[in-house]
Amino acid sequence: MTKHLLSINDLSILLPEGADRKCAIDNVNLTLNAGETLCVVGESGSGKSLTAKAIMGLLPAPHVRVGSGSINFGSEDLVQVSYERLRQIRGSEISMIFQEPMTALNPVMSIGNQIDEIFRYHASMTKLERQGKAIQLLKDVKLPDPKQIMNTFPHELSGGQRQRAMIAMALALSPKILIADEPTTALDVTTQAQILKLIKEMQSTYNSGVLFITHDFGVVADIADRVAVMQEGLIVESGKVDQVLNQPNHPYTKSLIAAVPSLTPRAPRKKSDESVIEVKKLNKVFGGEKSFFGFGKSKRIVNAVQNVSLDLFQGETLGIVGESGSGKSTLARCIIRLMDYDDGDVSIDGTNISKMGRAEMRPVRAKMQMVFQDPFASLNPRIKIGNIIAQGPLIQGKSKSEAEARARELLSVVGLDSKSYDRYPHEFSGGQRQRIGIARALALKPEVLVADEPVSALDVSIQAQILKLLDDIRIQMNLSMIFITHDLRVAAQVCDRIVVMRYGEIVEVGTTSEIFSNPTHDYSKELLNAVPGKGWEKENKNSASL
Amino acid sequence: MNRTNKILRYVSRRLLQGIPIILAIIVLNFFLLNLAEGDAVDVLAGEAGSATPEYMEQLRAKFGLDKPLPVQLLVYLKNVVTLDLGYSFRHDMPVSKLIVDRFWPTLLLMVSTIILAVGFGILLGLLAAVSLNTWKDAVITVFALITYATPLFWVGLMMIVVFSLNFGWFPTSGMENIAAFHEGFDRVKDIAHHLVLPTITLSLFYLALYTRMMRASMLEQYGLDYVVTARAKGLTERRITFVHVLRNALLPVVTMAGVQVGALIGGSVIVESVFAWPGLGMLAFESLFARDLNLLLGIFLLSSALVVAVNLIVDVIYSFLDPRIEIG
Repeated sequence: MTKHLLSINDLSILLPEGADRKCAIDNVNLTLNAGETLCVVGESGSGKSLTAKAIMGLLPAPHVRVGSGSINFGSEDLVQVSYERLRQIRGSEISMIFQEPMTALNPVMSIGNQIDEIFRYHASMTKLERQGKAIQLLKDVKLPDPKQIMNTFPHELSGGQRQRAMIAMALALSPKILIADEPTTALDVTTQAQILKLIKEMQSTYNSGVLFITHDFGVVADIADRVAVMQEGLIVESGKVDQVLNQPNHPYTKSLIAAVPSLTPRAPRKKSDESVIEVKKLNKVFGGEKSFFGFGKSKRIVNAVQNVSLDLFQGETLGIVGESGSGKSTLARCIIRLMDYDDGDVSIDGTNISKMGRAEMRPVRAKMQMVFQDPFASLNPRIKIGNIIAQGPLIQGKSKSEAEARARELLSVVGLDSKSYDRYPHEFSGGQRQRIGIARALALKPEVLVADEPVSALDVSIQAQILKLLDDIRIQMNLSMIFITHDLRVAAQVCDRIVVMRYGEIVEVGTTSEIFSNPTHDYSKELLNAVPGKGWEKENKNSASL
Repeated sequence: MNRTNKILRYVSRRLLQGIPIILAIIVLNFFLLNLAEGDAVDVLAGEAGSATPEYMEQLRAKFGLDKPLPVQLLVYLKNVVTLDLGYSFRHDMPVSKLIVDRFWPTLLLMVSTIILAVGFGILLGLLAAVSLNTWKDAVITVFALITYATPLFWVGLMMIVVFSLNFGWFPTSGMENIAAFHEGFDRVKDIAHHLVLPTITLSLFYLALYTRMMRASMLEQYGLDYVVTARAKGLTERRITFVHVLRNALLPVVTMAGVQVGALIGGSVIVESVFAWPGLGMLAFESLFARDLNLLLGIFLLSSALVVAVNLIVDVIYSFLDPRIEIG
């Protein structure tokens, strides 16, 4: 057997006293070879990121530290080496890229300087050599106009460009190992596909070992050679990618894979012809108004929603898909008038609501409710769950006892204990909070539910539960739903019809099966092509599911 | 568009915006001051001991105080626009000459205070954050807490008692030794000598504030992702602290310093009184009791112009420190 590039032996990382478990990771064994991509998959809290950080000696000491085990790199044990030696290894022999390139780059330092300092601290080169090398790197990662990029600051680049710059930095000294910690999670799907491709290309150029941390099985299917699945600090299964994805052994792996929504749209349902919401030529512009003290200051104008017309039919789920900045959230907010629009008409049940005043709107509001993306930010931390849910009915004129009864009933509908009534939001997990958010939206017995990325902040197993809950409720309460998502897998499983948006405009509308099997617009095709793991046929999915 | 042009355009626009702000401040101040009972004539008459009502009426007519308030305001505004700030009957001098004479000592005191407070605040905060949870951090934190909680006037008096009276290191009051007739460099040295105690007194509170802010800001920045990136790049801790973290940590401190220049003028009233520093603060204090409204309004006008100017300067500095802030 040849010597591994990196081998982690019986590594345990201790958490501070009072944490929910003693070890962040427990007796972990991993190996990585040159030219190989090892994916570590797991849900949040599984310890996958800490494993990566431990290799680089980046654990948040002194609270979190290595308890036992070794990390062998070449002839050295990275747990034991001196700080100075570790510093030399970082960035030159082992380098790392992170999830969110905006926060991972120093906001007040130019890209050129941030690349330059790697050379300054690891190699002796003249200023001119360093500059030439940096420009070459930026060219390698396919950034346009590398010379100019050198002088830009992170906020001036797009998310994908920032991640490319990050990769350029990580590859500056042709490292033997590249650790990528969820490098595409914060990016749009088309950008993600490009970045994954770039990482693959760079890997073959430098023959480095890539340790790729992710929660997305689609990404795993696309780039991994081998996979290790982590659950609560333990590696529950590892092996070749085909084997783990198609014949998983461990029940946890099976359940995770079963929870990944399929790209094959679900069977179409009977469509009603009765329109609930009708949107005509809606327009919304940001930054248009001029302030009195502006003195002719020119403002940037963003056409967030342009000339959008659509119908929502009784009982259907209409998906709005698009990448960040496509205007899908703005459109949804405009439809239910959480935001005022510049132009256009919205009717609900045939009544035009675009010109209604505050008081007139109030009874109409009960008909349209919203579920938000971030279950942590969308619940007031100082109000008890019961009151959060009961607030709506109270405002709409129900008596206190009625509202309370309704809130308790809804808690059981969304699968929460009735004891939750007197608790505060921070006592709940992300999935439970999203259930609370749904209960709140249902409290007013709405006809239309607008769900803005309701599952994108959740782990895949929780995501499956919430989607199921939404589906059950929709049938039970005969709701019509507008479902905003960037994830085409989710859209395939949830939506009856799909609207594809780009730059504030609708580029294509169709039934889910039409869009998935026969997209007409180039952009829809591009989106579908970029979905990670689309080649991964889940033939064993049914037998693997629990 | 090129950057210099952009900044020039921005500055001129902000200066234009400053005009209505300053006018509004004048109007507000005018009415506020007139809310107070009594006028300059009452004070003059009171001091003279014997003044007939007829004589007081005559004086009021002479000063224009018999006219209705809106008329007085319009007259004042008209004068301000022509850069005439009026006449101080109390001091028998034009207001503009008076406040310009007194402006330089105050400016000197303020500038030295800001340099001391911001400079040492940043240094101490940095030191405390770098040596977190060590004795250095503890000493700095306790020092900051104590100075933060001590009233200005008490510090001033204690300074005089300890350093002037007991040790005799520094003069007790004034800006220079007038009897010595120093010239050139000797005069600079003399003024600097007189400046020490008032500056320390005025800056202690702000020093504590900036120390605490800088410490908190550094610690916050240490926790951010880009610091992890910098470590992962194999940079030394020195480089991370002084190049990456420091510059980001400075931003909130600079903002705060800019906002507080206005408050500093208020604080200087106390310090100037304690140390008999011949600045605007002391002048404002005296003219308040003399009901010398013209002079007071002039001082307020100058102070508000100063605050507007300093805010503008801070904003421009900020745009250099933080490339995310776009001017224009």
